[in-house]
Amino acid sequence: MSSSDALLQALLTLNRVQAQELLAAARAEHSALEVIELLIRPALEQLGQLWEGGDCALSQIYMSGRICEELLEELFGEISETDPSESEAAEPRLAIAVLEDYHLLGKQIVRTVLRAAGYRVRDYGRQDVETLVELVRSDGIEVLLVSTLMLPAALRVRALVERLRAVAPDVRIVVGGAPYRFDDQLWREVGADAVGLSAGEILAILERLEVKP
Amino acid sequence: MTHQSPTSLPMDPPVAPMTSMERVLTALGQREPDRVPLFLFPVMQGARELGLSIEEYFARPEHVAEGQWRLRAKFGHDCLYNFHYAAIEIEAWGGTTLFRADGPPNAGAPIVRDPEDIQRLSVPRIEDSPSLQRVLEATRLMAGQARGEAPIVAVVMSPFSLPVMQLGFERYLILMHERRDLFEHLMQLNERFCVDWANAQVEAGAHAICYFDPVSSATITSRELFLATGREVARRTIAQFKAPAAMHFASGRILPRVADLFDTGTAVIGVSSHEDLGELKRAAQGRLSLLGNLNGIAMRHWTPEQADVAVRTAIRKAGRGGGFILADNHGEIPWQVPDTVLMAIAQAVARWGRYPLADDQDD
Ligand code: B12
Repeated sequence: MSSSDALLQALLTLNRVQAQELLAAARAEHSALEVIELLIRPALEQLGQLWEGGDCALSQIYMSGRICEELLEELFGEISETDPSESEAAEPRLAIAVLEDYHLLGKQIVRTVLRAAGYRVRDYGRQDVETLVELVRSDGIEVLLVSTLMLPAALRVRALVERLRAVAPDVRIVVGGAPYRFDDQLWREVGADAVGLSAGEILAILERLEVKP
Repeated sequence: MTHQSPTSLPMDPPVAPMTSMERVLTALGQREPDRVPLFLFPVMQGARELGLSIEEYFARPEHVAEGQWRLRAKFGHDCLYNFHYAAIEIEAWGGTTLFRADGPPNAGAPIVRDPEDIQRLSVPRIEDSPSLQRVLEATRLMAGQARGEAPIVAVVMSPFSLPVMQLGFERYLILMHERRDLFEHLMQLNERFCVDWANAQVEAGAHAICYFDPVSSATITSRELFLATGREVARRTIAQFKAPAAMHFASGRILPRVADLFDTGTAVIGVSSHEDLGELKRAAQGRLSLLGNLNGIAMRHWTPEQADVAVRTAIRKAGRGGGFILADNHGEIPWQVPDTVLMAIAQAVARWGRYPLADDQDD
């Protein structure tokens, strides 16, 4: 079993101690970024795939994401110590928001995956179209991730895309959340550039968009 | 159209069609009625029917009863549904609801911010909640209209799923994993509330309780966690209902744990478009009936032909032998679904749902 498989097993069973041992052992041989690349990232991507196929549960995704974030903090404080949402100096090109929806869990999980994979992401919380467009423009965001749970909110992404295309045509918009998982045409219909069917998919999407940690 | 099939052919034997109630009871008895029963759940569409906003519509029981009655006259489905919106239970617990013009209301800010506050929560009395009283009144009005001809389906949130709105999802997931003591206490409170609420609706004339429990689905909780929590909660709670229950997973997956549901006391399970109806039917072994599984979200842009194919496929996979009620997979048709699609679904059921099923030989 590769060590990323071992990490996956530890995460699925929410075995924090084992996950910690695996990461510590890997850290003894590799740089922090290599540990992320070799262990954490594949494990998170696989968790997403398992969930999409109905082979693991959101409770496991959420709790294991928390474990990863905590362990990263403990083991390699150097990476996550600058929280971009607080640090003025950081220049994140990546932002995430919930659009006109009161459900924040999807966004939290995606943010956790991104952080655990070494990305810095600006968290805008819950926003309406106008404020979000303004934030994206003034912060010079290059890729905007949008999470929605309710169908009317998912449909509002169309208005967001139209406004953004007008004022910041280069911004790429990645959407996700339950409505997109039930209607595979919806992301195109609202004009998004990509869709993630699980939180883990965001890593491959960013790679495709050539956004590096 | 009415619930009678408009496509009767001249050579059909001259038997009176069943009432919706007979049709549904026969299907739930794992036998074939005259045709596959259809449960359409156009929860908000009554507002459109009456020319009201969604908020205005839910503000008065007369609206809801009238709206549901008119929709049934229009589409000819086999039940009346008293569901308003999930957050109405949260209103009874002291929380708020946020309305929007083009979709279902949502719960406002969680009522429990600090998990320790769970110790200080008390169970709301049904009599004290004007919101729940409205639902009861709507139920009584529906019962008066239907007079036993069609079943009245009532709704409760399961004690295990309600906390997502009481605490917020993240806090609840953490509570479940890290504070079993407080979790168990919350379940005691919620179970008492749920049983009271279910039985008050039965008293008001409901014939069945739809127990919404998506947190028990394989989408949300691992099997290990479910067996230790949601299943026990369901077993204890459903046993105290004074009417049959349907466990609904709101389009969450359930296939890997169908057998785990046999002894929960549920008679029916609401199933997702993400899973194969044929496999679900086999897993249910005639011990549970299936309710589902048309994709309500995709339905928004179905053509009449697509609706026809979806209905036909579902009936072909799960209709044989009864034990199947055709419905959407969530228990609520989105506001954006056009009436023409709902009409096409109803017509397709009349066309393909008649027993004995025409496709019986070929699958
Ligand atoms: C559990 C559940 C419930 C529970 C808890 C809901 C809650 N969160 O508050 C209860 C029973 C309370 C409930 C109630 C309702 N529900 Co509900 N519920 C569900 C269910 C089964 C899971 C929802 C959930 O929270 N999942 C967890 C989140 C995190 O999952 P997710 O959004 O899919 O996110 C994952 C991925 O999509 C991805 N992702 C998310 N965002 C992003 C962003 C990016 C950029 C990327 C890359 C990836 C990504 O990562 C996440 C993890 O992998 C879904 C159906 C389903 N099968 O998913 C319906 C569903 C969300 N419910 C729905 C509805 C309508 C409701 C109600 C409004 C019904 C009503 N009329 O009252 C209420 C609202 C409750 C409220 N809060 O006020 C609809 C919403 C769509 C619609 N029709 O508008 C759904 C989709 C069902 C359906 N098929 O139609 N529900």
